[in-house]
Amino acid sequence: MPGAFEGETVTRRAFMTGGVLAAGGIATAAFTLPALGFALGPVFSRTEARNWQDVGAEGDFNPLTYTSAVTTIDPYTGETGKTTVYIRRRDPSRDTAKELLKYPYVAISTRCMHLGCPVRYVQASERFICPCHGGVYLFDGTVAGGPPVRPLDRFETKVQNGRVYVGKRFSLNSKLEKFKPRDPSNHLDGVWQYIYPSRPTT
Amino acid sequence: MKLLPGPLRRRNGATKEGAKVDGRQRQDELVREREKEAEKKRRKDALLEIPIQTIGWLDERTGGGPFLRGFLYRKVPRGTNWFYTLGSATMFAFVSQAVTGVFLAMYYRPSATEAYPSVQHITNDVFLGEFVRGMHKWGATVMVVLIFAHMGRVFFFGAYKYPRELNWIIGVVLVVLTLMMALTGYLLPFDQRSFWATVVAVNLNSSGPIIGPYLADFLRGGAEFGATTISRFYAIHMLLIPGLIAALIGAHLYLVAKLGTTAPPWLKAEKRRELAQEEI
Repeated sequence: MPGAFEGETVTRRAFMTGGVLAAGGIATAAFTLPALGFALGPVFSRTEARNWQDVGAEGDFNPLTYTSAVTTIDPYTGETGKTTVYIRRRDPSRDTAKELLKYPYVAISTRCMHLGCPVRYVQASERFICPCHGGVYLFDGTVAGGPPVRPLDRFETKVQNGRVYVGKRFSLNSKLEKFKPRDPSNHLDGVWQYIYPSRPTT
Repeated sequence: MKLLPGPLRRRNGATKEGAKVDGRQRQDELVREREKEAEKKRRKDALLEIPIQTIGWLDERTGGGPFLRGFLYRKVPRGTNWFYTLGSATMFAFVSQAVTGVFLAMYYRPSATEAYPSVQHITNDVFLGEFVRGMHKWGATVMVVLIFAHMGRVFFFGAYKYPRELNWIIGVVLVVLTLMMALTGYLLPFDQRSFWATVVAVNLNSSGPIIGPYLADFLRGGAEFGATTISRFYAIHMLLIPGLIAALIGAHLYLVAKLGTTAPPWLKAEKRRELAQEEI
């Protein structure tokens, strides 16, 4: 019906319909978008790098076997916010991976690289074993068998005033090359390193 | 004398002149008796009318009568059998989950440090708590089994075909939502089993290329599996998905009522044989 008066381009009815739709759309977006951002926020947030945590005196650890230590990954969740780290002194004859030479201690994360269950170290077989789906890792954390896709993650280590400190997590590919931390189940060999982005983790 | 209520008062001269009651007085009494009985009957009828009047009052104001008649007394095809009850059974399982879930929420505390003790409290201390929690826990499995049985019935009876494709799609979305309920509910007891099972489920999501790790971040509510994860799962389990499921069940039922149900496939086969014989 354009043309109710001279020069009319939009009818009154079309204008009102558009106005109502626009007002409703703006009102809906005004609460939906902030709520969505609220729910999706953690995807975009960067968590602070983990602080250095004291795990014991230098004398507590040796190069032949792993000693477990408990560290806190989330101080607000009580017992569930704690995790076990397996630590031993670096053995120069065994630990020859170039990128890892600067760490005086080997601190291995218990997070299984299949789907994140907690692995346990068994001294008799010198293996890490996962209870969930049968993942097995060798003494240096590389995969011996089962479904895991890459060696166990490690933590940076340093020695200060005779105490051993455990720092940020990093991931390794099958050649024990160092990468930024990845989630369990993410491959790291070849092109896979580009397909799985690193996410902040502790 | 006047202070006594009617029935207790002596009628005038009833005892003194009892022997001299004439026929007319007796007739009056009979009439009164009959009136009383008629009054009683009227009251009883009026009492019985109340539900009908209530329904009438509602019907007059909602116009729901024809809709309900069409919905409840719709024609069903010949050969309708027990397999056709699986959908209603699934809906009943959902309603039971909703009711028990609401009551469990009265005692449950969705926080990383308090969830496990509160579930122990429900199981061990609350009156009938073990029973209600048991219904919710086993009812979840029952609902998943029933929804797949219903899906199988629809598939093997060919009931998803034209014009019911949209109802099949809604049903598939309901299956996915039901499984999401099963996943998010599994974490809530927050014991070792549910904790690590959900860690595994979240890491399964992160195994998807490129967006996987972001999806896992969304589910965890951050980098670590902890306090935000459980409250997030609780909100999804308790508020988000049940609302969606209820709304989609409404749409699902509307389409069932609108389009009707299909006859079992073997009836069509019989008919074809008859036709074939006629042709011979």
